Amino acid sequence: MKTLFKKTLIATAVSVGVVGTASAKDLVIVSWGGAYTASQQNAYHEPYMASNPDIKIINDDSGNDAVAKLRAMAEADNWSWHLVDMVASDAILSCDEGLIDEVDHDAILAAAPDGTPATEDFGNLIVSPCFIPQIVYSTTFGYRTDLVKAAPTSIADVFDLEKIPGKRSLEKKAINNLEWALLADGVAPDQVYDLLGTDEGVAQAFAKLDTIKDQVIWWEKGAQTPQLLADGEVVMGSTYNGRLFSVIEEEKQPIAMMWDWQVFDLDGWVIPKGAPDKDEVLKYVKFATDTQRLADQAKFISYGPARASSAPLVGKHATLGIEMGPHMPTNPENARNTLVYNYEFWADNVDDLNERFTAWLNQ
Amino acid sequence: MTSATATDANPAGTGEVMTADGVPLRISLARARRRSRNRALLLVAPLFLFVLITFFIPILSMLFRSVENQIVGETLPHTVEALQQWDESGGDLPPEEVYAALVEDLRIANETKTAGKVGRRMNYEKSGFASLFRTTARRIKRIEAPYKETLIKAKKDWGELETWQVLKRESDAYTLSYYLAAVDFSYTPTGEVLKLPDDRSLYVGLFWRTIWMSLLITVLCLILAYPISYLLSTLPVKTSNLLMILVLLPFWTSLLVRTSAWIALLQKEGVINDLLVWVGLIGDEHRLTMIHNATGTIVAMTHVLLPFMVLPLYSVMKTIPPSYMRAARSLGATPFMAFVRVYMPNTVPGIGAGALLVFIISIGYYITPALVGGQSGTLISNFIAYHLSISLNWGLAAALGTILLVLVLALYILYDKIVGIDNMKMG
Repeated sequence: MKTLFKKTLIATAVSVGVVGTASAKDLVIVSWGGAYTASQQNAYHEPYMASNPDIKIINDDSGNDAVAKLRAMAEADNWSWHLVDMVASDAILSCDEGLIDEVDHDAILAAAPDGTPATEDFGNLIVSPCFIPQIVYSTTFGYRTDLVKAAPTSIADVFDLEKIPGKRSLEKKAINNLEWALLADGVAPDQVYDLLGTDEGVAQAFAKLDTIKDQVIWWEKGAQTPQLLADGEVVMGSTYNGRLFSVIEEEKQPIAMMWDWQVFDLDGWVIPKGAPDKDEVLKYVKFATDTQRLADQAKFISYGPARASSAPLVGKHATLGIEMGPHMPTNPENARNTLVYNYEFWADNVDDLNERFTAWLNQ
Repeated sequence: MTSATATDANPAGTGEVMTADGVPLRISLARARRRSRNRALLLVAPLFLFVLITFFIPILSMLFRSVENQIVGETLPHTVEALQQWDESGGDLPPEEVYAALVEDLRIANETKTAGKVGRRMNYEKSGFASLFRTTARRIKRIEAPYKETLIKAKKDWGELETWQVLKRESDAYTLSYYLAAVDFSYTPTGEVLKLPDDRSLYVGLFWRTIWMSLLITVLCLILAYPISYLLSTLPVKTSNLLMILVLLPFWTSLLVRTSAWIALLQKEGVINDLLVWVGLIGDEHRLTMIHNATGTIVAMTHVLLPFMVLPLYSVMKTIPPSYMRAARSLGATPFMAFVRVYMPNTVPGIGAGALLVFIISIGYYITPALVGGQSGTLISNFIAYHLSISLNWGLAAALGTILLVLVLALYILYDKIVGIDNMKMG
């Protein structure tokens, strides 16, 4: 009986010990999964957990419907996320709805190594008072070098079925496609959004898209275009530049980039309004967005760091050993013609134009 | 209880039959019945509560959300009140008081961070409201009297009649605009209802597509399942059990796996196209497009839903004695005649159950069409999901969901009228 008692005591002590370590702080961080979360894991999470052993970071890959889930959390007033990774347009929307916190960037973020305050280092990439920028990515084109008749060199080639016959994949929403259609139709870049604000401009964009409509496969997830290209289902297609990088450099597929009129967009952190342990969250954010960490992320994925001071620190890919500079969307060679996502315009017109776009698709 | 013998048996002579403990039998019986009824109610209470909490309350809240519009009145109470005095059809902008009320409301909204929210809500009615509210609220500290002039200077939309007409129209606590949008209609700024032009209509076509594709899938399932079930029910138990496993195996396999398998089979560079090219039936340039369109959805969904037709059919066929057919034959019917006149009518309960199951599941189906439907093969549920998680227009999603629910109920009643719901056998 005595030994049984002893064993029970030991078991209880052990289990209390286990519970004790499990109660070390968990940080639930929501991001996009796949290669992107992996790059954050390598560049931010691992080093942070190494220096803060009482913190355990848990990845949640709900990035795709983060705003919907935040809204549900707000309605139930039951917040389970600490930090969320969002594209800038979603951050603006969530900020409008009061789902996430406004932050004082200079107060909570580290200054650049030379002392430049954070707001200057990030510059105009702080597109919303709730948004802490992380990376610059672009939506651009990849093509099969062995399946196209001639290599595409401009956005007009995407709409040119004679120069490049075959299927192409485009994203199943109005954003980017309408801009590209107008640019390919010869509209001056600075007039694109003025024109899209009018019914005639929208009609012109759809008329241009009509010319290739039956040759388009519409994608919804970033992984689809790389897959369609690898399978030879399409000869060219739009997707995020990081996805194309991995299918070209890591999987060695016969695919090349066409950077003409790539659309720049931003991705960054936001703090849910009711997030628990905000002090811990802010500590983590300060670490994960400093100059060195943002530069480190570029070693794992070809997205440009959002801080000006990180750019000179970008080096070689962690496993492939190739220079990352030339693969960045911000590289001058790639960025000759670029369009910056117009947040104001799309915040106003996204519902209307997406609805028209879907009606157009169904005609 | 008023018969002569009962009265005689009552010593008190009140005309009531008594039990041994002196309580009238009628009351005692009623009590016992009530007790057993309560016990039965207690037994179903957990299920009843479960259905109430997970089914009826969500549906009611969905119904509510599809008409709910309190945000405008809550965020802009003074403006809404001031607007009541303004005649929107007069052609004049609202008076200074309305502008002053708006500034007052937006001052509070800017503090409580609710201006963006009402802007988002109003942006569904007219593009531009989102930024109009956001930027006006941000600059509200610099807006001074006379308010009308400075507001229009800050954002010229405040000087447009339409802005105010739409705002007044949507100032009630409830709105029909989500339902109008869900059936391809819209309000004019002054509140007349107009049909959207054809090139902008979307949902009515989708509802029709959802119904006819579900019907087609149901018919295809029936055509495929009928002979399988017949075979299963007539084979010796040992073989039929083996075949039954073949039917159930896909049923137990993950839906995603089955759908992805169809992608591998049907795509341009897929197994079937490769085979057809290899045999020489089609040229390499003319590979068939069988996926990411309506064909893909129909093929994959028919496969996925087939067991729901096979199982009820099989269980009904199993109970039909083979002697019926022999009797029909011996009375002179041809094999075909015996099958049509004797066997088929006996399977109607199974057909009814299977068809109803398959149809109702497919009318709300979502994953398979999303994966293999492309453009021409997506159903209304995909758009409900889209408005829930991508566009975040929950009011429209709720309106579409409610219409779908009403459609299903209407079709169910129709089915009951034609076939009769009692005529159904699940197994």
